Amino acid sequence: MRVGLVCPYAWDTPGGVAVHIDDLRRALLRLGHEALVLAPADDEEALPDYVTSAGRPISVSSNGSVARINFGPGPAARARRWIKESDLDVLHVHEPAGPSLGILSVWVAEGPIVATWHSSLASSRRELNAAAPMVRSAMEKIRARIAVSEYARASLVEYTGGDAVLIPNGVDCSLYAGDEPLPGRSRGGSTLMFLGRVDEPRKGLQVLLAALPAVAAAVPDVELLVAGPGDAEPVRDALDPALAARVHVLGMVSQDDKARALHSADVYVAPNTGGESFGIILLEAMAAGAPVVASDLEAFQRVLDEGRAGALFANEDPVDLARVLVDLLRDPQRRAALQVAGRARAAQYDWSRVARQVVAVYDSVTPGGEKVFADLSTQLWGRWPVRRVPNPDRGSPDAG
Amino acid sequence: MQVDVSLALLVLLVLLVVAFVVWRLSALAARIDRLHIRIDLARSALDAQLLRRARAAEALATSGLIDPASAIVLARAASNSRNADPGDPVTRGVVESEMSRDLREVFADAEAIAALSEVPEGQELVSDLAAACHQVALSRRFLNDGVGAARLLRAGRLVRWFHLAGHAPMPQTFEMDDQAPPALQPYL
Repeated sequence: MRVGLVCPYAWDTPGGVAVHIDDLRRALLRLGHEALVLAPADDEEALPDYVTSAGRPISVSSNGSVARINFGPGPAARARRWIKESDLDVLHVHEPAGPSLGILSVWVAEGPIVATWHSSLASSRRELNAAAPMVRSAMEKIRARIAVSEYARASLVEYTGGDAVLIPNGVDCSLYAGDEPLPGRSRGGSTLMFLGRVDEPRKGLQVLLAALPAVAAAVPDVELLVAGPGDAEPVRDALDPALAARVHVLGMVSQDDKARALHSADVYVAPNTGGESFGIILLEAMAAGAPVVASDLEAFQRVLDEGRAGALFANEDPVDLARVLVDLLRDPQRRAALQVAGRARAAQYDWSRVARQVVAVYDSVTPGGEKVFADLSTQLWGRWPVRRVPNPDRGSPDAG
Repeated sequence: MQVDVSLALLVLLVLLVVAFVVWRLSALAARIDRLHIRIDLARSALDAQLLRRARAAEALATSGLIDPASAIVLARAASNSRNADPGDPVTRGVVESEMSRDLREVFADAEAIAALSEVPEGQELVSDLAAACHQVALSRRFLNDGVGAARLLRAGRLVRWFHLAGHAPMPQTFEMDDQAPPALQPYL
């Protein structure tokens, strides 16, 4: 099957959705399918050959952060051209609810169209109503909807009506399968690990640091690895000097170092206080064989199989966190059991499995072998002036 | 002279309004038509998956790998499913729901399924049935999603007043119990 994946966010600034799409693309290749990507991009020269640029992204603010997306007649014309030239069996659009390339691609296409809601760009009902007939007309073309979490599914049902199937995010377990630790470290002591933006309160490092003195009192050799971007100076300054020596700040880590750090951890701690719709990092930690302790957010409870695949503590409660951590650090048998349960849990979310579920959705929208084609009724708009940039990678239709 | 100009403007205005209304109505009719096509495709996808599920159950029934009592239950459910009249969706829904329940009864025991899937042939049959059960639920959800959208659109005033849906019957959802045997989940 030849699948066209549409990414709403700039390809050159990797974020959750772009990473998801690239992972899905690779998993589809491994299953013997072909996958192309259409995405906004700053630098067209630097794109890999399977990505086609829909033009330069524009920065818009969304949910307190900045999303880099594109819209307007230029990207619409490029999306139409891409659809015409790519000979797709399925068009798989991501995050179609925002004012972005997702909805544009649906608008200019006809045929088997699938969409995935990630919920990071959920439009308010007011925005949707303002553009209602056109947006609704485009939404009606989507033959199958996927939501990556219950949270995403709930917002889809609320804002656009209809229903979706739940297919979770995937984790590539093979990236975490080994057991090589960071140089000079090893598992088997009392090493805790945190990964996430250090200066982002929702990631909850402050909760973990507040619990640390009590943990150190009960488990004197406890150490903490802190990985992730952000200024860590205030973190160390706020700690008692004796404790500060036990906290090792790694800063931003590469993919390989992330796996090594997880292999060095005896317990992975996710003290996030909110705003998480899934928790992919928990799966990565479990795939790497690190027992997980996480706050009892709904999303985390679900990933941890209601506490069977990891330990939960009361959200934003350092006292409870300290209790759970001390219990676990003193109980190697329980850690070993959680390690086994965690690996099994992560395997259920392995990309090979997740991608097969996505292919099942593709199968159900292509019963007659119908192809994706350009919707001519929107052609008028597409003739708006657009600076044609020759794309050396795709060439002429007959060359591909 | 003055009269003629305003008359011409009035005619032009009326023409513009008529053109706009016709354009709006034809766009609406095109949306309805598109949804009907989507529903037809979704229905044929569901038909194909129900047939695939019946075949998978039949294959297991005749494989000689499961006990005779279970084989009879499966064979009967599969044959009922194949003989169900597609023109009578209510009865068909009941028959398919019974099949779902039979499947859950036969494949209730995770250990028995594990033993069955140790044989290479058995593993293929089991994963095929698991996939078919999963696909039935998917296809039915996508069908009903399309039906919901079409019914919503057809409930609009413009659509009813101008008979934009033509003679196409109001699309109906397909109701059945499509829950797959939980013990088959790992073989997906």
